[in-house]
Amino acid sequence: MAQDMTEKELLKMELDQLKKEVKNERQMVSKTGKELKEYIESMAGEDPLLKGVPEDKNPFKEKGGCIIS
Amino acid sequence: MCDQTFLAIVFGPCDKCSKEKPLRPVYIKSEQLSYCSLCVEMMATEGLRENETLASLKSEAESLKGKLEEERAKLHDVELHQVAERVEALGQFVMKTRRTLKGHGNKVLCMDWCKDKRRIVSSSQDGKVIVWDSFTTNKEHAVTMPCTWVMACAYAPSGCAIACGGLDNKCSVYPLTFEKNENMAAKKKSVAMHTNYLSACSFTNSDMQILTASGDGTCALWDVESGQLLQSFHGHGADVLCLDLAPSETGNTFVSGGCDKKAMVWDMRSGQCIQSFETHDSDINSVRYYPSGDAFASGSDDATCRLYDLRADREVAIYSKESIIFGASSVDFSLSGRLLFAGYNDYTINVWDVLKGSRVSILFGHENRVSTLRVSPDGTAFCSGSWDHTLRIWA
Repeated sequence: MAQDMTEKELLKMELDQLKKEVKNERQMVSKTGKELKEYIESMAGEDPLLKGVPEDKNPFKEKGGCIIS
Repeated sequence: MCDQTFLAIVFGPCDKCSKEKPLRPVYIKSEQLSYCSLCVEMMATEGLRENETLASLKSEAESLKGKLEEERAKLHDVELHQVAERVEALGQFVMKTRRTLKGHGNKVLCMDWCKDKRRIVSSSQDGKVIVWDSFTTNKEHAVTMPCTWVMACAYAPSGCAIACGGLDNKCSVYPLTFEKNENMAAKKKSVAMHTNYLSACSFTNSDMQILTASGDGTCALWDVESGQLLQSFHGHGADVLCLDLAPSETGNTFVSGGCDKKAMVWDMRSGQCIQSFETHDSDINSVRYYPSGDAFASGSDDATCRLYDLRADREVAIYSKESIIFGASSVDFSLSGRLLFAGYNDYTINVWDVLKGSRVSILFGHENRVSTLRVSPDGTAFCSGSWDHTLRIWA
């Protein structure tokens, strides 16, 4: 528990973590950023908050009214 | 002035090394012991050595952080908004409050959607946890917790139970039934036990396991049925305030954010921290995975939201404005990930264009801090909860 650890123990924990992370594999932002953008573009058509939804299709748009079928 | 005080010398076995030597009295934690002069000197220099070790640890940490920054900088060949230069700008957004859920007697602290895209569970400072039908605004279930400040609540994937906790240091699961005279409190099951407040909880992709975050600085994974601790996650240097599970397709990881300004990504099976990010200037109140699982956003008391790309292993965007000076308490993405909704302590909700980094809309309506915000599972609306005792559904 962080609350029970001394400053020295917290630092040791941080150091061990940093040593591991320096060795992580990384990719270029130009590549990963492009993939983020492409994901958005592929999903944008189905994003109701982005594109808007016609009033009759969205359950939140109109309050009240019962449909008896 | 020139009084001479004679020290009475006692000869005997040293309390530390047991050798027969002239002894000096020493006080350790208000207990009087007798040490020989050699042991007294060793003890004095131990303190010195302790300080040296602390200082050398600190400088080692600093130099490692510098090295990590260097490695990350090598891949920072372009900014996210540059990648998105040719993407069409977003038009005007018309988002209004479509429903207001009234019924809590005090600050709303947390909420979660049910997978059925219409039910919502919310928890508040007065100990009440309520399940609502957001279409009709009716309250379907209500339970009063034995503690105040219920800071975390979550809906089970099946829709048949909820989990919640706060100052009681526990996470409890309540099955939801549809009996007429339901007594929710009677069926309560205590699952998680922390040594400080519960700040966040989430079911994994089944009703059987819960992930928790706590003020004690740890996160933990629990088996709901037995209450057994399956895995614990140590690494934060202070209270953990939030967590989010990776979308199921991307595997068994989750991200957590804390008062140590760090966001950490964990492997659920091994308990190891895979990556960590420390670019915020203050507590991280909320973290949320990007829909594809390759990135996550964070909201912090430093009044900024940031986007971290997991494969580039760095922060790739900051969502901030000089005019925004209050902390961001909660963030969530729209379905495609293009929009980032963030609730702030200045009572507003800002909508950000994730790719371009600009704010596309500001939503007013709450009369106090926005404390929690989640987009519905199918992305048709989002819900915000506030210290003004209400929840609002926006679409």
